[in-house]
Amino acid sequence: MLKFTEEHEWLRQDGDEVIVGITEHAAEQLGDLVFVELPEEGVTVAKGDEIVTIESVKAASDILAPLDGTITEVNTAIVETPGLVNEDPMEAGWFFKMTLANPADLDELMDETAYAEFIA
Amino acid sequence: MTEDILQTPLSAMHRSKGARMVAFAGYDMPLNFPLGILKEHLHTREAAGLFDVSHMGQVEIRPKSGNLEDAARAFEALVPVDVVGLAEGRQRYAFFTNDAGGILDDLMVANRGDHLFVVVNAACKAADLALMREALGESCTVEPLERALVALQGPRSEAVLADLHPDVALMRFMEVREIDFHGIPGVVSRSGYTGEDGYEISLPAGSAVDVVERILGHEEVEPIGLGARDSLRLEAGLCLYGHDIDETTTPVEAALGWAIQDVRRNGGRRAGGFPGAGVILSQLSGGAPRRRVGLLPEGRAPMREGTELFAAEAGEPVGRITSGGFGPSVGAPVAMGYVPSELAAPGTQLLAKLRGKMLPVTVAKLPFIEPGYKRG
Repeated sequence: MLKFTEEHEWLRQDGDEVIVGITEHAAEQLGDLVFVELPEEGVTVAKGDEIVTIESVKAASDILAPLDGTITEVNTAIVETPGLVNEDPMEAGWFFKMTLANPADLDELMDETAYAEFIA
Repeated sequence: MTEDILQTPLSAMHRSKGARMVAFAGYDMPLNFPLGILKEHLHTREAAGLFDVSHMGQVEIRPKSGNLEDAARAFEALVPVDVVGLAEGRQRYAFFTNDAGGILDDLMVANRGDHLFVVVNAACKAADLALMREALGESCTVEPLERALVALQGPRSEAVLADLHPDVALMRFMEVREIDFHGIPGVVSRSGYTGEDGYEISLPAGSAVDVVERILGHEEVEPIGLGARDSLRLEAGLCLYGHDIDETTTPVEAALGWAIQDVRRNGGRRAGGFPGAGVILSQLSGGAPRRRVGLLPEGRAPMREGTELFAAEAGEPVGRITSGGFGPSVGAPVAMGYVPSELAAPGTQLLAKLRGKMLPVTVAKLPFIEPGYKRG
């Protein structure tokens, strides 16, 4: 199941965890990424917390925690090679995995159709 | 920003090539093309890139006497640069200064035989025109040109442009010539803003697209937007007016003393005689309190304009970054900024405050890349 936030993040359910990244639309708008700073594994986050810093050739931006939960794993490959996010934002360019404080929160987010309308 | 955004003769062409457009100095300009800033930057360094710089001001200054030296002498009252000694067909970097020794704008001035040809920054051009008319109006006519201006930059520029006219291959760095592009009169200088070999080409507005399409017809040439223009000039250690230099920075602080020839310095035949000469000439001999330097941040995080610099973990900031970002050719973040002169030696270790953290940054020699200028 794929869900989307208005901040252009995608969330994909993977067992007890969700994998989080930014959408192709977001990656394109940001331009080539040159720097990524990820949160520490194990940290508890609240929806809206600025937990990731990214820098493109143009500017710095923050990625917000999409929902309440705990970070379980981060993708160090995008720290080494930020361009992975531009090349493959929906797969190899994922940012982090988290467990949700309240898994039902996912239902509140947009599905693929709603997101496509959101960015149209 | 004005409501009515101005179009360059090439704005429509940029859109047709899929450019992401932004308002810059009141003009509708390409930020990047589908290739993207990073690849546009690298392509320019490896092959050739075509830039629209038609937003910049192009001005002709003609002496009423018919004697160019009269225009050159009058112009020297505005800039600390040798204009009288500038040979026909040569161009030189200069800047308008104010009474405090600050920089009002930086510019290029060329001797075109019967007139001076001046190129100024887009954001400053109205003020520059007023300044020149005020100072030169008695002895000269000062006329802005409504022409297109494009830059072809990169190591393949010569081969590409020589295909349109072979004479451009004979030109040296900072040489200016009139070139006929199959019936379209161009004024070409071998110069640019990327640290690479290349040309700036002034063209009649109505036929600019024709010449540009012929240049872009070469496989080696990609259209390049403002984003890559900025990272290219930053790696080349070139100042961006309003950021690295402005009314509060003197040419000596800005490390632009090289542009002030001996003839305008103390002991020179035409020493002084420009606004702020007292301050600038005394700083040239005695030094300035601060200096623009290159800065290499440790790690991967770009340090951008406004980032504060510190000599130690505790205490007040000692300086500030004025331009910074990721340098695609360097493969790491690069920056420029002002530091006290005693901390300006390459290798000096400083700290920069980034998102609340103190990160190491080292003063570095400029430029960050090896320039490809055709000094010949």
